[in-house]
Amino acid sequence: MALKTETFILNAGPQHPSTHGVFRMRLTLDGEVIQDVEPVFGYLHRGIEKLAEGLTYPQDIVFTDRLDYLASMTNNQAYVVAVEKLAGIQAPERAEYLRVIMAELMRISSHLMAVGFLLNDLGAFLTPLLYMYREREKILDLFDMVCGQRLTYNYMRIGGVSQDIPEEFIPALKKYIDSLPGFINEYEQLLATNEIVLIRTKNVGILTKESAINYSAAGPVLRGSGVKWDIRKADPYSVYERFKFEVPVGSVGDIYDRYRVRIEEMHQSIAIIRQAMEQLPQGEIQAKIPKVLRPPKGEAYGHIEGPKGELGFYLVSDGSTNPYRLHVRPPSLINLTALKELLVGVKIADAMAIFGSIDICVGEVDR
Amino acid sequence: MSILGRNVLPLTVHASVLAPDWPWGFWSHMIIFVVIVMAFVILMAMGFIWFERRVISRYQIRIGPNRIGPFGLLQPVADVIKILIKEDIVPLNVDKIIHLLAPAVAIIPAIMVFAVIPFSNGASLVDLNIGILYIVAISSISIVGQVMAGWGSNNKYALISAMRVIAQVVSYEIPLALSIIGVVLFAGTLSMNGIVQQQSIPFILLQPLGFIIYFLASLAEVNRTPFDLLEAEGEIVAGYNIEYSGFKFALFYLTEYTEAIAISTIITTLYLAGWKGPFLPPVLWFLIKVFAVFTLIIWVRATLPRLRIDQVMGFAWKFLLPLAFINLLITGVQVVAWPDLSQWVIVAVNIVLSAVLIVAFSRMFRTKGDKVEA
Repeated sequence: MALKTETFILNAGPQHPSTHGVFRMRLTLDGEVIQDVEPVFGYLHRGIEKLAEGLTYPQDIVFTDRLDYLASMTNNQAYVVAVEKLAGIQAPERAEYLRVIMAELMRISSHLMAVGFLLNDLGAFLTPLLYMYREREKILDLFDMVCGQRLTYNYMRIGGVSQDIPEEFIPALKKYIDSLPGFINEYEQLLATNEIVLIRTKNVGILTKESAINYSAAGPVLRGSGVKWDIRKADPYSVYERFKFEVPVGSVGDIYDRYRVRIEEMHQSIAIIRQAMEQLPQGEIQAKIPKVLRPPKGEAYGHIEGPKGELGFYLVSDGSTNPYRLHVRPPSLINLTALKELLVGVKIADAMAIFGSIDICVGEVDR
Repeated sequence: MSILGRNVLPLTVHASVLAPDWPWGFWSHMIIFVVIVMAFVILMAMGFIWFERRVISRYQIRIGPNRIGPFGLLQPVADVIKILIKEDIVPLNVDKIIHLLAPAVAIIPAIMVFAVIPFSNGASLVDLNIGILYIVAISSISIVGQVMAGWGSNNKYALISAMRVIAQVVSYEIPLALSIIGVVLFAGTLSMNGIVQQQSIPFILLQPLGFIIYFLASLAEVNRTPFDLLEAEGEIVAGYNIEYSGFKFALFYLTEYTEAIAISTIITTLYLAGWKGPFLPPVLWFLIKVFAVFTLIIWVRATLPRLRIDQVMGFAWKFLLPLAFINLLITGVQVVAWPDLSQWVIVAVNIVLSAVLIVAFSRMFRTKGDKVEA
């Protein structure tokens, strides 16, 4: 006897434990299997791009903090890189090195959160996440030491950074960087050999190389699919060409590869910070820029490799103190466009894991 | 003894707290013991809630509840008071009768299991001669309550949860029951107290494979991690109890912990020699073992992620069920063919066999992790 069945629509979000904020998915389900996905976003829209048009260039920095609030430093950096390109400003060497150190610390912190929340979505009851928080807390302490803030740093300035590092920063950083690989390996032993983690993540949510490129995915999502593309190598900004580091790539493009790429990237970030600490020059931290910045008419696109992918700021100047138009290329949003392809045909449990493995921040998706 | 004109010999109440010539001898014993068992269960549940929250905090580098009472011991009391004075919300389109009945259907069988658990030598409400069969039969009824809640709530998350619970629990009943038969074969009795008395060596040594199967299957039965699919926080929010609040939610919460206590006590009785132990009083030994088993369950919960529904089902049918049959076969051969063999020889043989079987079976299910090329 054939039973009459029908599909039903399940609203996952905007208030749902696994949607990492206020993202919403309208899932059309056939039992447990997803037939269709309709992502709905905009619940956290604050009009940051529009607000920028009424603010001067330096005033915008504080708003970039609120985009991807788990990686404020890199948002700062992407914005100042774009403005410097627009106005033709070169930051002093010491400032560039400090930016690199902060950006790589931020990358480690963001990846810790990404991996922790991924495991939380897989159903590990908070334990991995809280261990991740412990390590992230130490990074936040370092940032606190530098700029007095723990979440919204507002540290980078157009043509430099807001303040020099205190004396005790480098020893504290050294101590932390030395302890981190041990922690990551300990964590790896617990999880990368865990049969349940493997069975849940391997060959699940495969994003092929071609699709990843077609969706213009970036960051760990793209590299997990096996594409060796990293802005730090492909279009070096700041002082990245002076450091030796590898770009880890996955082979299959499943959740596990994205997870492994993040873990490996943390190791690479540690290597970069080590080199940056050794080479750190003395000198100015702020270039001489006019009190009222009026970039010449024109446009510029500055992009960096953010923790979640290519983070770009597109600026149009009409020669006044305010940008005529500011546009953000948010890696979270662009990576999310692959969501439908990944989710159709999988079960709800996998859907949450895949969603977690993309690692979005709703502040950046909705802007 | 006769109740309502029927002869019910097995219904004997042990450990007389009252003089036998009390009015309505049997019934007064019965009522007092029911009150004792209920109080025990509810107190233990509160203790377990506190214990779990404190222990899991240690795993998670937190401190856990420590504000109310010494070491936060009164935290469950505060929680209960809070939950009882909350508004009892019944959503508009629920199936009212099913919605109302579900918590009761879930909690009653969960408490009824304790009727046959021997807390000390013979100290159980009734020493049924079919004790373990009674437990297997009764403990599954709780699931009906959860399914009713999932169906009656008129909520899609709850419905998915109900669907999952039916599939999961029905599958895990089979390896669960089969692993118990191994114990019964060695003990030669179905009575819980009898099984404890037969354990000169704890059955965990004689039945290592059976213990592992029972432990895993019972985790799935009571929906603890990694089989906590029906209340998967990250997927279906809270599952079947999503539309419950106030007292009804409290009953579901209590059911969950009562079931966890139940499997801890059953494992203690079947595999860890129950109340037996040197020096300390039997009740204390019993409690120590129950808490040890529960700590193991918490440990699993603190460490492991959750499985997917098809993997959970596959694990039951492809992994546990064949192993349970093999275990039954081995046990049967040992009991029938070499009844006079020293138990220590059987212990050695069974431990080796279990290790070999588990390694062989896990090889088949291996997913290998490899490194990402740099």
